[in-house]
Amino acid sequence: MMKKTRRDFLKTAAAGGALMLAPLSVQAQQEIKADDEAVGMFYDSTLCVGCKACVSKCKAVNDMAAAPMPGDSDRLWDAPEDLDYRTRNIIKLYKNEEDVNDHAYVKHQCMHCIKPACVSACPVSAMVKEEGTGIVFYDKNICIGCRYCQVACPFNIPKFEWPETFPKIVKCDLCKFTNLKLKNIPACCEVCPTNAVIYGKRKDLLAEAKRRQAANPGKYQKAIYGEFEVGGTNVIYLAGTSFENLGFPKLDHESAALMSEHVQHTVYKGFIAPVALYGFLAFIALKNRKSADQVAHEHEVEHELEVEIQHELEKEKEEKKEGKH
Amino acid sequence: MAGNHNDYQVHKAKILTPAFYVLLFFTLLGFMLIAYRFVMGIGAVSNLSDGYPWGIWIAYDVATSTAFACGGYAMALVIYIMNRMKYHPLIRSALVTSMFGYMLAGMSVMVDVGRYWNAYSFFMPSRWQPNSVMFEVAVCIMAYNVVLIIEVMPAILERFIHMKENKFPKLKHYAMIIYPKLDKVLIFIVILGITLPSMHQSSLGSMLIIAKSKLNPIWHTQILPLLFIINALYIGYATVIFESFASSMAFKRPFEKEVQQLSRIIPYVTGIWLSVRFIDLYIRGQLSAAFAGDYYSWMFLAELLLILTGTYILMWKQYRQSPRMVFIAAMLLMIGGGWYRFNVYIIGFKPHGNWSYFPSLPEFFITVGLVAFEILGYMVLIKLFPIMPKVHGEHGSDAAKAH
Ligand code: SF4
Ligand code: SF4
Ligand code: SF4
Repeated sequence: MMKKTRRDFLKTAAAGGALMLAPLSVQAQQEIKADDEAVGMFYDSTLCVGCKACVSKCKAVNDMAAAPMPGDSDRLWDAPEDLDYRTRNIIKLYKNEEDVNDHAYVKHQCMHCIKPACVSACPVSAMVKEEGTGIVFYDKNICIGCRYCQVACPFNIPKFEWPETFPKIVKCDLCKFTNLKLKNIPACCEVCPTNAVIYGKRKDLLAEAKRRQAANPGKYQKAIYGEFEVGGTNVIYLAGTSFENLGFPKLDHESAALMSEHVQHTVYKGFIAPVALYGFLAFIALKNRKSADQVAHEHEVEHELEVEIQHELEKEKEEKKEGKH
Repeated sequence: MAGNHNDYQVHKAKILTPAFYVLLFFTLLGFMLIAYRFVMGIGAVSNLSDGYPWGIWIAYDVATSTAFACGGYAMALVIYIMNRMKYHPLIRSALVTSMFGYMLAGMSVMVDVGRYWNAYSFFMPSRWQPNSVMFEVAVCIMAYNVVLIIEVMPAILERFIHMKENKFPKLKHYAMIIYPKLDKVLIFIVILGITLPSMHQSSLGSMLIIAKSKLNPIWHTQILPLLFIINALYIGYATVIFESFASSMAFKRPFEKEVQQLSRIIPYVTGIWLSVRFIDLYIRGQLSAAFAGDYYSWMFLAELLLILTGTYILMWKQYRQSPRMVFIAAMLLMIGGGWYRFNVYIIGFKPHGNWSYFPSLPEFFITVGLVAFEILGYMVLIKLFPIMPKVHGEHGSDAAKAH
């Protein structure tokens, strides 16, 4: 253990230092690419009439509770104010006070990010991105309820059952286990009377969005929300008014999940840095320990203690012997 | 291990003091509220929301209190790596404080996680998610809890070995068998006890990297891990000083000279931290935001001022000679360093939309209860086991021999 050359020492020292300094060397983002097979939704705000058929169908097929209005003593009406543990999908209305023509419906649900922060954050793989389809779904039987997915999601999508004794996380999974499985289409897309929200492969949906933009340039905002945000999402949007008006956060095109993973992987790649740090520290500590007078003193104390213990053990043996006779 | 088992002594005093009962009261109150939380759900006791899913149970009990509990880590670095054996008498009380601090973190995580019965997921390799910063933090903190308990073991064993009247003969027997073996390998555990905090303290910073769109740019940077590890170090030293002075006052022991000398290290560490912090703000072009005079800027200035003042005091020899000034500086650094962590975890955190968070009373008292429990445990342990540094002069020959 003690026979280390100077070179070894420098090597371990460098590696140990890397553990602390690694975050500084974080490089540019790699590019994220959507899978060609990835599926998603395309919502065209200009086609939506706000009938909320999608909201009620979502609740029906996914067995979600009603969210009664405050003061609704009959508790007859489902009137969710926002996404929460009872509502995976919601329709809202934006209205400009000054300009009557500037109003638009908007639909909110999980964006099924191409590089989802919730999946990257979850410590126990309870949040998963399905290979191929790219659907981001959740397994409550694994989840520990740490809510890191909530902290991580840039769209604030995962919701938690706060009032429950045994709560779970709730979010849209594109009806993976319900409507999609039965009818090959998410419930909201199935029932929409105006085709404001449609289901399909992301690349086809994106092409369709661009076609509509080109055919009707005055009608739409230039941006397709979700094309680039946080590295791209499988749910994309067209709208006639700015996306900030519709309650969407303004987000970088790079993915914070990738950034975080990069830092983490630089530090922990192959566990080399922590092991090197350990080796480095052990080397120094052992070397220090052996400085001359310390060793002498150490032996003295250790010896004293060993003698004492030996003595006690022998005494015990003898006592036992005597007891037997 | 290393040398001087004679450095420590049992603090001989009554256990059932008035302070004990006060702490017991808050502990019980906290535990009652925890029981309520387990029956009625987290929503019933806390102000947490889908916008602020983490409150003081994470920001204080985990992110900040484990930094306060870095005394053992910081001291081990000085003693075993920088080879300053003269500080050795301080290590046990630092380790015991660390042990209770990390236990508190572990307990509040179990209060905070909603689906605690699934926590065994961490032991199932099929569920491991190495991309997750939290995975690393959780596993590392669990491991460090075990390491800390092993590190405190010698004190417990010594007590049983040196017991005058043989009340527990079996225990004494086992203690005598384990002790020498533990003594031989302890150095390797101690090193693990330096490696693990280096890992998870930096990762506590990495944890918020993924929340880029929510964390204010004054605090969001890719070097959060670096800032957190240095921050943990100076908080660790400050806590050792604080804890030593506090117990000197509470237990009417003489001040520990080593502690005053130890305070010399701090300005170097905070100096590095402040430089890194400012260079980072400058490179990212956030200096003007940091001094803009708005709410976030004031929170940043509070953090800065506390740390600067503490550092300034400890830079001057005259001040370092006054126990009171050293004590004040240590407190400023603990609060300032902790403030930084609060800024990262709560104050600088703003999710998109109309959310706000301020801890509820039950939330607050659960934290108070856990802290009271921690202090209570510390006070009882030092009265039963040889943990406190031996008072100089007592058993004069022993003390002289030890140096
Ligand atoms: S929108 Fe949020 S919950 Fe949905 S995949 Fe993206 S990060 Fe995950
Ligand atoms: S709350 Fe559940 S799904 Fe979300 S990160 Fe934690 S374990 Fe994963
Ligand atoms: S069903 Fe279609 S038109 Fe009706 S609210 Fe939903 S998206 Fe809009």
